[in-house]
Amino acid sequence: MSVLRDEDKPRAPIPWGKSFAVAVLLDMLRIRRMEEKAAELYGEQKIRGFLHLYIGEEAVAAGAIRALEAKDNVVATYREHGHALMHGVSMKSIMAEMFGKQEGCSRGRGGSMHLFDRSRNFYGGQAIVAGGLALAAGLALAEKLKKSNTLTACFFGEGAVAEGAFHEAMNLSALWKLPIVYFCENNLYAMGTALASSESQTDLCVKAASYGLSTLAVDGMDVVAVHDASQWALAQARSGSGPVFLELKTYRYRAHSMFDPDLYRDKKEIEAWKKRGPIHSYTQQLKAQGLLTEAEYQGLENTAQQEVDAAVTFAEAGTWEPVEDLLRDVCTQQVAV
Amino acid sequence: MGRRISYREALREGLRAALLEDSRVFLMGEDVGRYGGSYAVSKGLLDEFGPERIRDTPLSELGFVGMGVGAALGGLRPIVEIMTVNFSLLALDPIVNTAAMLHHMSGGQFSVPLVIRMATGAGRQVAAQHSNSFETWYAHVPGLRVLAPATVEDARGMLKLALADPDPVLMFEHAQLYNLTGELPENERASMDINQARLRRLGSDVSLVTHGGSLPKALQAANELAELGIAAEVLDLRILRPLDDASIMASVRKCRRAVVVSEGWRSGNLAAEVMARIHEQASPDLLAPVARVCSEEVPIPYARHLEEAALPQVHKIVSAVKTLMKYTA
Repeated sequence: MSVLRDEDKPRAPIPWGKSFAVAVLLDMLRIRRMEEKAAELYGEQKIRGFLHLYIGEEAVAAGAIRALEAKDNVVATYREHGHALMHGVSMKSIMAEMFGKQEGCSRGRGGSMHLFDRSRNFYGGQAIVAGGLALAAGLALAEKLKKSNTLTACFFGEGAVAEGAFHEAMNLSALWKLPIVYFCENNLYAMGTALASSESQTDLCVKAASYGLSTLAVDGMDVVAVHDASQWALAQARSGSGPVFLELKTYRYRAHSMFDPDLYRDKKEIEAWKKRGPIHSYTQQLKAQGLLTEAEYQGLENTAQQEVDAAVTFAEAGTWEPVEDLLRDVCTQQVAV
Repeated sequence: MGRRISYREALREGLRAALLEDSRVFLMGEDVGRYGGSYAVSKGLLDEFGPERIRDTPLSELGFVGMGVGAALGGLRPIVEIMTVNFSLLALDPIVNTAAMLHHMSGGQFSVPLVIRMATGAGRQVAAQHSNSFETWYAHVPGLRVLAPATVEDARGMLKLALADPDPVLMFEHAQLYNLTGELPENERASMDINQARLRRLGSDVSLVTHGGSLPKALQAANELAELGIAAEVLDLRILRPLDDASIMASVRKCRRAVVVSEGWRSGNLAAEVMARIHEQASPDLLAPVARVCSEEVPIPYARHLEEAALPQVHKIVSAVKTLMKYTA
């Protein structure tokens, strides 16, 4: 059983006004209900291939991306449905992409693991573990050289810290003082391998700090803590003082992917983490602070459900790209090979 | 009248022109700045353009090539120098899984206008780990354009067009070519392209199809064959992906015999792809089976005589042609 740093600490009161506080809850509900529907559709074989669910980790994307501006760049992984949705990619285009329809955000060429949206500065959907880190650092280098004040936010799981790419990206971004925040979603398992089984140093902040990044570890199940930490990190990176590494301690309730029988975790551990679930614990807090009534909560559920229903309808109505177009978009200018 | 210039100087002129013309262009790689480039290609550029645009990197091929992809996505025009193709294996992931695929995976939304230059090839007695030719591997990958400048004109002119390409372009500079000198025509810019193979010598008996560091060897072989009364044509592929089938077939159909010369191990070499295409498209026009001269299937040895024996050589090309000349109409 893993030790949670903040497990026994009472959460801080929600410091936000009602409308903001409720909007954050709605965001988490939108991610959760979208993904629950995706899992169901996977069972119906409407969605195929790999499907990596974010269920349990919603506070990270919801808390962090709300601290970003729309112009900021987001680079994520194959577990990126929530990040895409939070950065403004429409649920309809996400769902259509998972269906493989050409109305999808990557025209059906990417699927669940490769969501992209240029108009939202959403750079994927990078499905090689740690493959997005240097790419994100390169985006940050471009912003720095262009003298823009656009930030780059790079999300990845703790499994990535075992890759050489992590260490090279940390070093280069600190060496060149790049405007980037690394959001390490530590859900304790790299597919089926526990952190302690793969790392000689399990304190991930120590690794990043050794390259000169500012670091902070927070409870990734607490959307308030995530948002606060993100604001601090983004302000720091925007000030030009260099990159920041945030470790968000979180947990995925579902298996790694739909192919994973999930035999490597103690069921008691999963249940213990579920008690700290980001959505219900935040909902309880909102109610206790008088920021949310049960009727309002039901209203949010209805809103999320309607968006999911509309997304599924859109995806179902979507069309298959003609096979004659198979060789499209290999190169920007089509060339004969 | 053109001017005489080395391949190295031609590359440097191309780099300098690109840096002067477009403020989005920058060069990044190991020892490209203060050291001046491990093959001295970028010598002097740090003084002229400063450390923001001539960026020395740590020994992190995976990291800085991946950053090149990101910087290209972010609107810049990075030129990443990987010291040699041998070290590019440390960066296969960003090159193949990211740069080459991103346009497609994103449904055509994102393009990666990245240029990666690297030295390639053997012939300097630097032994197995520094003598590889992996151009073929990269030429296998959809989404990449693979260039092999083999003349001073291409060394000077290809970079500008590579930078104008919206997709990732790999430039392979054979290490044996850096000291080669040649005549740079005055009107070089007007005729430059990165689409077509070019005839470097006209002939009628056999077509020598080659690229990169093997071009001088093929030209020398053609000289020797001429003394034997055999007119060899030499076609420089220049672009290894996409291949210029039309130019290959035109030459092969004319000469009716072909030898493909390509450094790198024989099995699965680009030569095999060229031969397959000739077979598919021009076999009825051939007098003889297509032949190839590639590297022997051995890690490149250190000892000079063994290294020479492992690589394509003039006498091997001459010998292959002589065999083909036994087939007549």
